[in-house]
Amino acid sequence: MALPILLTKGLIILVIFGISLLIATYSTYAERKVAAFLQDRIGPNRAGPWGLLQPIADAGKLFFKEDFIPSQASKWLFILGPSLAMFTALMSSAVIPFGDSIRFMWDNVRYDINVQGIEINIGVLYIFGVVSLGVYGVMVGGWASNNKFSLLGAIRAASQNISYEIALGLSIITILMMTGSLSVRQIVNEQASFFEWNVFTQPLGFIIFLTCSFAECNRTPFDLPECETELVGGYHTEYSSMKLGLYLFSEYINMFVSSAFISALYFGGFHYPFMNEVNGALENSLGAITGHNLATALGFLVFFGKILFFIFFFMWVRWTLPRFRYDQLMNLGWKIFIPLSILNVVITGAGLLYNFKYSSWLIAIVMIVLAVTSQAKAPKQQVVPQRS
Amino acid sequence: MQLTNRAKQVSNKEMTLAEKMYLPAVVSGLAITIKHFFRKKPTIQYPEVKKYLGPIYRGHHILKRDEQGRERCTACGLCAVACPAEAISMVAAEREKGEESLYREEKYAAVYEINMLRCIFCGLCEEACPKQAVYLRHDQMVPVFLERDEVIYGKDRLVEKMDDRYIRKNSEVKTTPTEPSLTRSAT
Repeated sequence: MALPILLTKGLIILVIFGISLLIATYSTYAERKVAAFLQDRIGPNRAGPWGLLQPIADAGKLFFKEDFIPSQASKWLFILGPSLAMFTALMSSAVIPFGDSIRFMWDNVRYDINVQGIEINIGVLYIFGVVSLGVYGVMVGGWASNNKFSLLGAIRAASQNISYEIALGLSIITILMMTGSLSVRQIVNEQASFFEWNVFTQPLGFIIFLTCSFAECNRTPFDLPECETELVGGYHTEYSSMKLGLYLFSEYINMFVSSAFISALYFGGFHYPFMNEVNGALENSLGAITGHNLATALGFLVFFGKILFFIFFFMWVRWTLPRFRYDQLMNLGWKIFIPLSILNVVITGAGLLYNFKYSSWLIAIVMIVLAVTSQAKAPKQQVVPQRS
Repeated sequence: MQLTNRAKQVSNKEMTLAEKMYLPAVVSGLAITIKHFFRKKPTIQYPEVKKYLGPIYRGHHILKRDEQGRERCTACGLCAVACPAEAISMVAAEREKGEESLYREEKYAAVYEINMLRCIFCGLCEEACPKQAVYLRHDQMVPVFLERDEVIYGKDRLVEKMDDRYIRKNSEVKTTPTEPSLTRSAT
């Protein structure tokens, strides 16, 4: 490979990595701020202006706490747990297409380098492979702690992740059917025009995917692995200092990666309405190279806007909804989401046979009608006369 | 009789399909929280902004002087007797010649100490005082102390300064707070 390609690629990876970690770090701050705002409070505001140095202060505190390993724990597995969680969370960001391409001339040859860690044509498979490894971080951590509560938490986490991964995979199959490719970039490029965004063609798949991502990230309302009331903390009961920090931080990286996938798979990635017109105007006025790079930068920003919105959405849901009960969680995963997504696959397949992309709406409409009629048929809540 | 009229009869009825689908309820919950996101926060940024606590707030103790700058306290000890927390202690002394401009009457407190760790700011000392010498300021709090030897307040910190006299005519009057940070929030 030519040197400039390597350099550009390295630069792109560095920038993506840096921005991802920065966003994950500041998500911890944003989480506390959003939580405070949703509860009519102000949130961290002591460290730095508006509390902006809070993540640094938190990290400093975590570093200086005692790094404790229980004497009965298996030491190496105990250390391996958080690093596994962190590792898998970071790995999956490699195939996200963050932008179109950077274009430059070198020796009279025009190069187009994709703004993406690595472009592989089995991107979606890779994602599922890596994401499903994430449960090992939790399992190993819970097992190595040699604590019954941690083990219970880890097992709960494992069964939850497995049951929701199936629905996650099934809900995404419809997109693969419509695109005919496993490459994430290909899926994103299929959504170039606004009304072809998968969220409009696959509303049901989107809702299932979104909910399952919540469960995959172990975020509320699906944060059953850590449950103070039942498990004295969950799989990371025995963890302290930066090891616990790594577990918590990997949750935020997971959230960032999930948001990126939601926006890439369902919300058109770096595409935005009227993108072709804007890009055409930029290339016409500034030349094929500068204009193209500017357009790429614009798409990059749009993509991060979408990611930030979904991170906010994750937090918004977390501070609104209470935790599920464990049997409800399992019911929802196995009895509702999996049949629904299979139905979605069937209907989408039938629609594709007749070149009708929006067939997934059929289920959505049927469900809305059912809901409305059941609501109408339901007996009105009796107004109990107030005793005076 | 009911305390509020917000009581609701609890029912254990079967959920309708719309309720079983969770989503409508989830969306309405999200709508409620996002409304709170944009709401004005009722928080007061305490150490920087202080609220006016009203004319009858009981704060920092003060030993009054009269108009000519003479200390009013005669060390009668009634405040110490009235104090339920036994925070006040004093040593009386006799006024000598040449000290008439310092002390109002023949007897005065040579030492007057309040233990701020014990004080419960009940205001009974203020009520017990026959000479109107001890007051609890309504506009100033006892500052935070970090060392144990800062806890006992002697006359150096209790007797009022003549250039910053504490005036409280009656409880209806809303005097301007003397602490600079208080004036900011006194709207």
